[in-house]
Parts: sequence; structure tokens; C-alpha cells
Amino acid sequence: MYDLAYVRPGGLAEATALLEADENATALAGGQTLLPVLRARLASPSRLVDVARLAELKGMALDGDRVVIGAAETHAAVSQSPVVAGAIPALGRLAGGIGDPQVRNRGTLGGAIANNDPAACYPSAALALDAVIRTTRREIAAADFFTDLFSTALEPGELVTAVMFPRCAQAAYVKFPNPASRFALIGVFAARTAAGMRIAVTGAGAGVFRWREAELRIDAGGGVADLDDLALPEDAFTSDLHGSADYRMHLARVMTGRAIAAVDA
Amino acid sequence: MGRNFGRPVRRLEDGRFIQGNGRFVDDVILPRQTYAAFVRSPYAHARITGLDAAPALQMPGVVRVMTAADLAGAPDMPCGWMIHSRDGAEMKVGSRPLLASDTVRYVGEPVAVVVAESRDQARDAAEAVAVDYDELPVVVDCGDAMAPGMPQLHPAISDNLAYDWELGDEAAVDAALAVAAHRVELTLRNNRLIPNAMEPRACNADWDAQDEKLTVWMTHQNPFGMRTLYSAYYGLAAEHSLRIVSPDVGGGFGAKAPNYPEEVVVAFAAKLVRRPVKWTADRTEAFLTDAHGRDHLTTATLGLDAEGRFLALKVDTIANMGGYLSTTGSLIPTYMYGTMLSGQYVIPAIHCRTRAVYTNTCPVDAYRGAGRPEAAYVVERIVNVAARAIGVDQAEIRRRNFIRDFPYQTPVLFEYDSGDYEGSLNQALALSDYAGFPARKAEAAARGKLRGIGVAAYVEACGIGPSAILAKLGGGAGMWDSAEVRVNPVGTVEVLSGAHSHGQGHATTLAQLVADRFGVPIESIRIVQGDTDRIQAGTGTYGSRASVGMSATFNACEKIIAKGRRICAHLLQVPEDSVRFADGVFASAATNKTIPFGEMAAAAHAANAFPTREIEPGLVESSFFDPPNFTYPSGVYVAEVEIDPLTGVTEVAAFSAADDFGIIANPMIVEGQIHGGLTQGIGQALWEECRYDPDTAQLITASYLDYGMPRADGLPEFRLAFGCAPSPSNPLGMKGCGEAGAIGSPPAVINAICDALAIDHLDMPARPEKVWRLLHPKAAG
Repeated sequence: MYDLAYVRPGGLAEATALLEADENATALAGGQTLLPVLRARLASPSRLVDVARLAELKGMALDGDRVVIGAAETHAAVSQSPVVAGAIPALGRLAGGIGDPQVRNRGTLGGAIANNDPAACYPSAALALDAVIRTTRREIAAADFFTDLFSTALEPGELVTAVMFPRCAQAAYVKFPNPASRFALIGVFAARTAAGMRIAVTGAGAGVFRWREAELRIDAGGGVADLDDLALPEDAFTSDLHGSADYRMHLARVMTGRAIAAVDA
Repeated sequence: MGRNFGRPVRRLEDGRFIQGNGRFVDDVILPRQTYAAFVRSPYAHARITGLDAAPALQMPGVVRVMTAADLAGAPDMPCGWMIHSRDGAEMKVGSRPLLASDTVRYVGEPVAVVVAESRDQARDAAEAVAVDYDELPVVVDCGDAMAPGMPQLHPAISDNLAYDWELGDEAAVDAALAVAAHRVELTLRNNRLIPNAMEPRACNADWDAQDEKLTVWMTHQNPFGMRTLYSAYYGLAAEHSLRIVSPDVGGGFGAKAPNYPEEVVVAFAAKLVRRPVKWTADRTEAFLTDAHGRDHLTTATLGLDAEGRFLALKVDTIANMGGYLSTTGSLIPTYMYGTMLSGQYVIPAIHCRTRAVYTNTCPVDAYRGAGRPEAAYVVERIVNVAARAIGVDQAEIRRRNFIRDFPYQTPVLFEYDSGDYEGSLNQALALSDYAGFPARKAEAAARGKLRGIGVAAYVEACGIGPSAILAKLGGGAGMWDSAEVRVNPVGTVEVLSGAHSHGQGHATTLAQLVADRFGVPIESIRIVQGDTDRIQAGTGTYGSRASVGMSATFNACEKIIAKGRRICAHLLQVPEDSVRFADGVFASAATNKTIPFGEMAAAAHAANAFPTREIEPGLVESSFFDPPNFTYPSGVYVAEVEIDPLTGVTEVAAFSAADDFGIIANPMIVEGQIHGGLTQGIGQALWEECRYDPDTAQLITASYLDYGMPRADGLPEFRLAFGCAPSPSNPLGMKGCGEAGAIGSPPAVINAICDALAIDHLDMPARPEKVWRLLHPKAAG
């Protein structure tokens, strides 16, 4: 780690001011991606603005038909929340399957969403459920939020404050974990929403996406067995040490089938 | 079995460890401490065309920058085991300076070191050392290293070939294969592994100019070996003025047994700056530079008669040495490998050829099993290929070929001391409900899963020495061990042992032995290891050889008891040969009086009740033990796997291990060793694989994001059983258990996968995509 300053602001306004005043400052939430990067000397921010304990970023509550989860809520907290379990049981289970207990006790929803790792679990849930991301400046639909690998619609100095997930009892997340990292080699979040079946795929390589052909086929009355011939977006899949694009594409089909079966189970 | 020995006594050292009171090298902080950071090559093969340390010297806190020029008088890194090629020529050793001077040969090779007031200052300054490189082409795969036109790593070593070694009678093997009723051939790879001890390497060197004494704290499995090397080879200090301390060490696995350049450089640095210098590797350095394991490419041929009896085995192996020969790198694929190719079987003729090659990768050395897993993998895989070819059950073909009479002289040097291979097979088949497997397979098939069962039998050579035999095989140092037992006036006992525990639990098992020999409470015994100033001598722990140090301890205890009988004869005023010692009490049929061990100890020190001209006062005895032979632990393992044909994922559904370690000191600790070994072996079979980029030789699997370590949730409940054919090679009948699990489990798992898929072979690790493609050969890509 390079020498840097560490600040723990007393409130969100102070945190925002610190980040806006210094373009080389970085927000620190759970640090599960940032700290390994710093330790490996792959980044050298001027200061870390620790937002992990800010009260404004905490809380899990129902708000009408939505569950509002504070950005600084940890994966462990989300996985153990009766509010989440009651409204979107699949989301709690997704959070409970991220990384390992140490990661879940530190890593946060806001951090995971803002980092937008192409193999992260949360973005698939946000996209499939049409979540809305609330920031220090605005509200952004999930479909507009995840823009590219490791990039989002967030502007410099803008922080995620909460994510609002529409209630959904019929949903499931099925992950094929990378055996080394336990990130998703492929993860599929399937949800029966008011607008129809939603299927979001993470881990493919080029970022989270919705498999619209499969959604349409299911909405038209198709079953899991009817997905085999459907095209997947080829440019969404990449190859690496852990799996070729072809294999990931195959896994996306299998995991989609399993996710839908779990939704309807 | 005694009060303690042979029982599952809780580990005496764990209280310290789980309360954070362990003392590891990085915990040692000395007055005027400085810190070292290494400048490492970012390239796998390059000429160094320039090095400018001036910018680093300007950085805050920098004490000194050292390069190869500062070590001009120091000799190159030695390879400690001379191997001769089959033409009689000595192996060709590529010179390996402590710090690279003109050429780098693997990513991470140290080029310079910065010593600074703090660790961060040292690391900042290390980045400021400007090194110019001219990149050279690379070779990674051992199968490519000898091909025409490949990059040549070392001047005057053609085809990157360090040696071309053989063992056994090739003509006899060829003749037997020519007339064999059945012949099967198999080409396989033994995947390269990264050791991943929990504690990375560390050292802290302190030069005391007043006493002209050098102290080096280091994470090492063999502190005395390092003392001899640092003294006699590097000339850092005279042996009596050199102290090596290996305190608590967090895992060795063989990777903390070699001599590494970093620790030597830090010792030189401490003398140069005249302040203590500390270096602690980070995890990335551990991945890049801790000696890797395995990495063989092998073709084997097995000949059988019409009844399925083995006639001859021919093995041709290319072993990857990495960029340089590590300390015992040359030994592993030769005398630790070719000698084990008889497995548990009568094979009348065996021939092994091993070519060791240089590549642009981290040097390879001992890793849990060290040659023996590679041998077991070859034998146990080709036996299953043969069983499949001739239509004989995999358990039955083994039963038909087992060695049954001991001692047994194999055609590849070793004489097995004892064993009951069929007994272990029967145990393993019972544990695994082998007979019930067809029903489980059918039940899995009904769920859409492919279930397979794999049997593997291993034998290994442990308890290293004997010194005279090792010398004939090219070894440079004796491998006995020593112990000193000090009984204090109040009856407490110190055992100063030349073995070294880096997780094996010696503080408990040695204490169990001594407590029972003396009949004293286990709490009154203290085991001291790892400090060359306190212990008289030793040769460390590796290759499951703690039985050697334990035997020395046992013999020293016997000397104490013998002296106690002489003392008690005077105290009881009876003839010495009438004095018996049992359950902690000296007694004689000639009197009703008895003397507890503690009273004898007090009398030995008081020295007023026996003639001190006949019996010396005090109660300290030492012993050196050089075993007459290796020990030969063995076992039979049965793995059962279930494969999801839709994803290719293999789950180990059950694992049974029936081992024979002879007499066992502590079954709980042995079970822990087996659990760990099985986990590493299953890891090798399913997940672990060190991969370098073939074009750049950059390490791709350089972190836990990409290197697949085994985890508890991927493992079944292990079913264990122990047989017992005591070893005649030591007074305790022990054999050694540290590596067994990692030796027998990879072939068991792969045999099970091959059974599930009804194929002859697939290479480790059985990654899901690899399995899926075998099941779906027409899939795209």
C-alpha cells in the first residue's frame, strides 16, 4: 500500500464534500475490492473517505412495494434481514452466497453495485428486479446504471446511498461459482415480476445483461426445455483461465433453466 | 499404548496458537530494526542492460541498496543433490547468483534489495530502482524445453537439459514388454502446484559486531542445515558464531526446506549495514517465488501376462526444474520418484528415465510428497488403464499383484521393510462399501448424475536417512537426527530435539513419548526445537521423517533410565541388575523400598548418595539416531465422485482412506495430517493448477482469485482406518504420515472420474469445462 490519508467523515454531506474537493480521493465502503488493490499497489488514491459507518447509508425497510436497503449494509446483514427475507427471499439468499463469511461481514451492497465487477452477484438482481439506485444526487434505474465493465452512471463524487428493490416473492439466483474466487463464473437471477419473467446474467465477462429472448419465450408460455435453441448475445461472453466463452454460454443456459425451475418450485 | 503415547492427547501447543501467542518470525522486532524489500524481475527471460539505484537512494528512510555487485564474493546458489546422467556425466547446473546480474530467468527473480527504516519506505524505494531489460523469448512447458529452436536458458547447457537420468534395467524391461500378453500405454501430466503455506517466508538477520556473531530468524524446516550452509558455504560467520532460529512456523509443506536467495541476501545485508534487517514476503511474492511442486510430463508402458500379473513397467518423464535447480530440485524426480515406481506391486522389471529441463518458471523443489506423489500417480493411473483394458475389477487387479513377503527388494533400489497391502485394501473396501457401489451408481443415474469409484494404493519412503545410502544416491549431508533429554533436579524435563515442527504437533507427540517413558505428567515436559544455540544438532523435518528425531528422543530416554537404575541401585543398596523401572517407579525384588522417577532425579543432582567417580552427577543424556533403512508407509484409498453432466462439475461424494503408519503416537494428530494431505491431493485433482502464460511466462494464477485452493465445503466427510505393520527401521515401529494423504488421493480421485466417464484418462485438475467437453465433444469451441 502506498502512503495515503484516511478520513472517517461524520455524515454524508461531509463525505460528499471531501470527495468533491479532491478528485484523487476514493470512497471506502467494505473495501473487499479496494483494499486488495491498494495492498498490491495497483492504485494510489490521495485519501480514503470511509463511508462504511455512515448512518445515512444504513437501514433496511419496506417502503410500499419496495425494499429500501442502505448502501452500507453488509452482505451478511442483507442475508440475515427478516425484511429482505419476507419481501424478496432470493435477494437475501444471493447476499448469503457472496464470497465467504469474512467478505460478507465487510462487503456492502453499495460497494458491490458501484464497483460493477462483471462477475459480481448483486448487479444481476438489481437488473432483473428493475431496482432503482438512489445516489447523493438522483435516482437511476438499474438498466441505466450498469454501463460497462467496472463502470457505472455514477459521476465523480457521487455516492450510492441506497438501492430500492421492488418486492418479488417469485425469484431465484443460481450461481456457478468460479472454484478459485467464488465470484460468479455464471450467475443467473430469474424473477417473475409484474412485467413478466426477468432473466439477468452475470459472470459472462462483458458485464451483466438481460437475456430478453429467454424472457419472451417464457412469457409466451415456453418452459425451461424451450430455451436450448435460443440465441445468447455472443459479444457478452469472454474467455479466460476459468472458462471459455462457449462454456460460459452453455452454463448461462443451464443456470437459467435451474433458476427458472427454482422460481417455480 | 501407554498413558499418553498412542492416545489422542490434545495438542499442548494449541492454547498458545489460538490465543494469538504464537511467536513467528515476523513477530520478532529487534532494536534498530531495518526492513528489506526486493526489486524483482517483471520479465521471465531478459538481459539486464542497466541498473540505476541512485533514485532509490534519494528516497526517505533508505539505508542501503544492494545489487549483485555488492555480493561479488558470494558463491552462486548451490544445488544440494548431485545427479549423474545415464552417460555418467554430472548434471549441468545453471549458475544462479543470489541477485541476478546479467540475466533473469523467471518472473519474480530478485535483482536488488533495498534496506530502509520501514517496510513501506523499502517498498517505495524498491520501485524507484531503475532496471533496464532486453526481453528474450521464453519457454514454459517442460514438453517444449528440449525442442529445436527453443530459447536456451543457460550458456553451455544445450537443449535446456540439466540431466538425462535412468534407473533400472531397460533391456530387461523391453524384453518383458515385447512378450507381454497385454501392453498399455499412458501419457499424463502431473500439474504444477504452488505450496501456499499459511505463513509466508520471512527472515530477520542480526549481526553482532562485538561478538562477531550472526543470528538469523527464519521460517525454515531445517535450521541446522541452514547454519551449515550459511557458515561453510557462504562464509557469513563461523558455525559456532552463527545462530539460526526457526520459531513457530506456519506450515512448510517442503517449500520451507530449500535454501532461498532472499534469506541469504538479507543475512549479507545485515552484516553490511550493521543493523538487523527483516524481510517478510507478501502473498504475491509467495506465489511467485516459493519453490513450486510437481510439473511432470510422463509416458508409461505397463506389460501384463494373460492373468493380469504385472511383468514390466517403463516410465519416461520430463521434469520441469524451473529457471534454476533448487536445493533438492534434482533429487525429487529421480531418487524420490523412480525408486517408488514399484508401488505396492511385484513388478519384475522397471525402468525409469527422467530428463530434467530448465524453463522460464519458478524453480521446482519438494512439495508434500516430493516425487512420491508423482510416482504413485503414474503407477495407480496406469494400473487402472490396464484393469479397464483387460476387463478386471480395479480392486482385484491390485490384489492379484500385491507384494506379500517382506522385506521386499524392488527392482528400483528400495527394500520395503514391512506392510500389509491386502489388509489395507480390505479395510478400504469395507469403509467405502465398495460392494454397494453399483446400487449408488444406479441411484445417481436416476438423478441424472454420473457416479464413479476409484481405488488407489500407494507406498512411500519416509523416515529419511539412512545417511550412508543417501550419500550413495548423491546426497551431501547426513540425515540422522538428535535429541538431548535434560531432567532437572525437581523432575521437570526438557527435550531439545533436532526435528522441527511447523504444524505437525511435536510439542505434544514428543512429550507423550517422554511422559510415558518416565512415568511423569505430560505437563512437566517441555519440547524445544528450532534454535541452533539451544539444541545440540539436528537435520530438520521434511519427508515425513519425525520418526527419526522421535527415535533419538526415545534412545536418550533409555539412557536416562539406565543411569537411573544405576543410581537407584546405590540408593536401594541392591544389585544394579535387580533394579527395574516401570510406571515411573524404580523397584527391586531385593527390597520393598521404591524410588519414584522424580526422587531419582533429585538424587542424581544432589550427588551425595552414590560414588561420583563411578557415576557422574547430573541427568542429561543425548542420542543421535541414524535409521538403518527408510520406513515404508502405505495405504489404500477409495474415492467416490459424482459428476453433473450438464456442467462438468465433479463432487467428491465420499472418500475412504486405510493407511498403515506402523505404531501411531497420537491418532488425533495423525487423522489431522491425513485430512490435510487428502485435502491437498483432492485440491490437486480438482482445482489447483499453477499456470504461466505460454507467450510471456507471466504467472497467471498469482492470487487466490485465480489459483483454486481447496475449501472445506468442497470436501466429503473422510472415513479413515489404520492398519499396523510396525516398521523394523526404528525402535518405536513408526513410519510417518505427513505426506500420505497427498500421495494417494490424486490418483484415487482421477480413477473415480475416469470410472464415471468410462474413459482411460484425463489430466488434472479435472476442471468442469474439461469434463464437460469430454462429455460433449461436439460442443462449440
